[in-house]
Amino acid sequence: MQRTKNQKAWFLVLPVFLLVAFSAIIPLMTVVNYSVQDSFGNNEFFWVGSEWFVEVLNSDRLHDAFGRQLMFSGIILAIEIPLGIWIALKMPKKGWAVSVCLVLMALPLLIPWNVVGTIWQIFAREDIGLLGHTLAALGVDYNYTQDTLSAWITVIVMDVWHWTSLVVLLCYAGLSSIPDAYYQAAKIDGASKWAVFRHIQLPKMKRVLTIAVLLRFMDSFMIYTEPFVVTGGGPGNATTFLSIDLVKMAIGQFDVGPAAAFSIVYFLVVLLVSWVFYTVVTASDAEDQS
Amino acid sequence: MAEIHLKDIAHAYVPGEYALKSMDHIWQDGSAYALLGPSGCGKTTLLNIISGLLKPSEGQVLFDGKDVTGADTAHRNIAQVFQFPVIYDTMTVRENLAFPLKNRGMAPADINGRVEEVAGLLEISDRLDSRATGLTADAKQIISLGRGLVRTDVNAILFDEPLTVIDPHLKWQIRSKLKDLHRQFSHTMVYVTHDQTEALTFADKVVVMNAGEVLQVGTPEDLFERPAHTFVGYFIGSPGMNFLDVELDGSRAVLGDQSIDLKQAPAKKSGVQLGIRPEFLDFADQGISCQVTSLEDLGRHRIASVSISGQSAKVIVPSGKPVPSENAMLSFDPDHTLLYTDGYLEESLR
Repeated sequence: MQRTKNQKAWFLVLPVFLLVAFSAIIPLMTVVNYSVQDSFGNNEFFWVGSEWFVEVLNSDRLHDAFGRQLMFSGIILAIEIPLGIWIALKMPKKGWAVSVCLVLMALPLLIPWNVVGTIWQIFAREDIGLLGHTLAALGVDYNYTQDTLSAWITVIVMDVWHWTSLVVLLCYAGLSSIPDAYYQAAKIDGASKWAVFRHIQLPKMKRVLTIAVLLRFMDSFMIYTEPFVVTGGGPGNATTFLSIDLVKMAIGQFDVGPAAAFSIVYFLVVLLVSWVFYTVVTASDAEDQS
Repeated sequence: MAEIHLKDIAHAYVPGEYALKSMDHIWQDGSAYALLGPSGCGKTTLLNIISGLLKPSEGQVLFDGKDVTGADTAHRNIAQVFQFPVIYDTMTVRENLAFPLKNRGMAPADINGRVEEVAGLLEISDRLDSRATGLTADAKQIISLGRGLVRTDVNAILFDEPLTVIDPHLKWQIRSKLKDLHRQFSHTMVYVTHDQTEALTFADKVVVMNAGEVLQVGTPEDLFERPAHTFVGYFIGSPGMNFLDVELDGSRAVLGDQSIDLKQAPAKKSGVQLGIRPEFLDFADQGISCQVTSLEDLGRHRIASVSISGQSAKVIVPSGKPVPSENAMLSFDPDHTLLYTDGYLEESLR
């Protein structure tokens, strides 16, 4: 059969191409452009090649921020995922209480990031905050503006408060998709509560948990607003995570070149980690199916 | 093993709306029962009450005279197989089969022996060590069946339409295998189905249900020869029983301007229907006149649709026997001509 050649169809792709170009490719390319040049103002740029990348990758400051970032994401995942699963398991399965719980769970997710930051900034203040003042009155040595540990605890508790709901809602959705017959069969088979969790609930939640871990990893790895409002990255650099450092570099010091190189490395790290995680999980899924 | 007595059991999911109407029934130890009825008639509800997944709103469940109404499933020692396959995804086929035994603390060596035995019966020995998740629906359901059969000490094994997802040609095999197992171990078995062939081939006794009510408990023969209710009459048999509205005049049933002599005169005179299976109607030289409206050839026999004084009925005609096209007469087999008042079989005929 003769195949008709017709290139006109490309015009149909044009709108999508333009949309993607303006929303992603062009802004990204601007960053790439900055990352390989230097400027002394006056909108004059000089080609510097990979110099900024070498500098960024060898910078102790960024290594430290990267370490803090990994630790932060690790801690909040270690808390939010098990806590979210536990709450989802404890949520009511039917009746009016379901809607009440779902609304309560969704509330923290609806609050804008900087409002969450402000709430906790005030809530945890030693002089006027309910939490900070109470702790001080109880004799607990807690001051997030001066003490590193206090600052970390505050930022972590805040994130757990803000985002555990997301894990809960995803797990709850996963749990409600399990047919009753599974629980009935488990009863007939004399399965313990733990066995029901291990062999029915957890495997059925696997997919939603993958999504929950991915979302929480990406979000927490890019966290900016809340710690910026609460601690401003302090005390010292104790809570200066990657985004906060990046903004300091790009806007505070106006080091556009290194900041651009840093952005690209940052982006690639998030992409890489997510890709590795996703590939590992889907590969083990495929193994299950074979 | 135990005799299961459902004492004045009734169940309503919503107060006042009975999914299962009050009934009293004894399931004899070691019998194979089929619970037959259309979808939504309360079969599964009844089954879940026996296994303890559901607590009846009224009445008691007695195992060998012992009240277990409040006891949960684990303490009733019942095996149950569900309509759709339930597989523990994280386990191999072997672990799936061993699971009910392991949970009851059986010694590993005994578990292994028993699992091998059941796997042999179900012909799945070759895939015991593969993962259970990737299998087809039939294979999964066979594993579910295996988990139901693996325990030897159960009071009863309940099957809730277990062959729904199984391929038709496998259905026969598995059903006869279940029958063999029943003969071998004589567990009490209750098999829920809406398929009459399945029920009649599997069970010693068939329990026919409709709209939350047990209409008849009997052998396949009883259900065929003496349906206790018009529903049983047309639910069982293909085509179902014929029912003709009749007037009574002494011991004669009057159909328009014709009449049929009955063996007995029933007590009640109104709301009476005459019931006869298509197998027991025969074209003859004399009898009740009718018009043949259509004829269906099923190979083995033909089914004639006839109109008797305006009421329709079916007649099974053996192949080779002519069907009159005009002035057809039907003879009614007197031993199989039954009378029903308000749906129920006349008391004197039961």
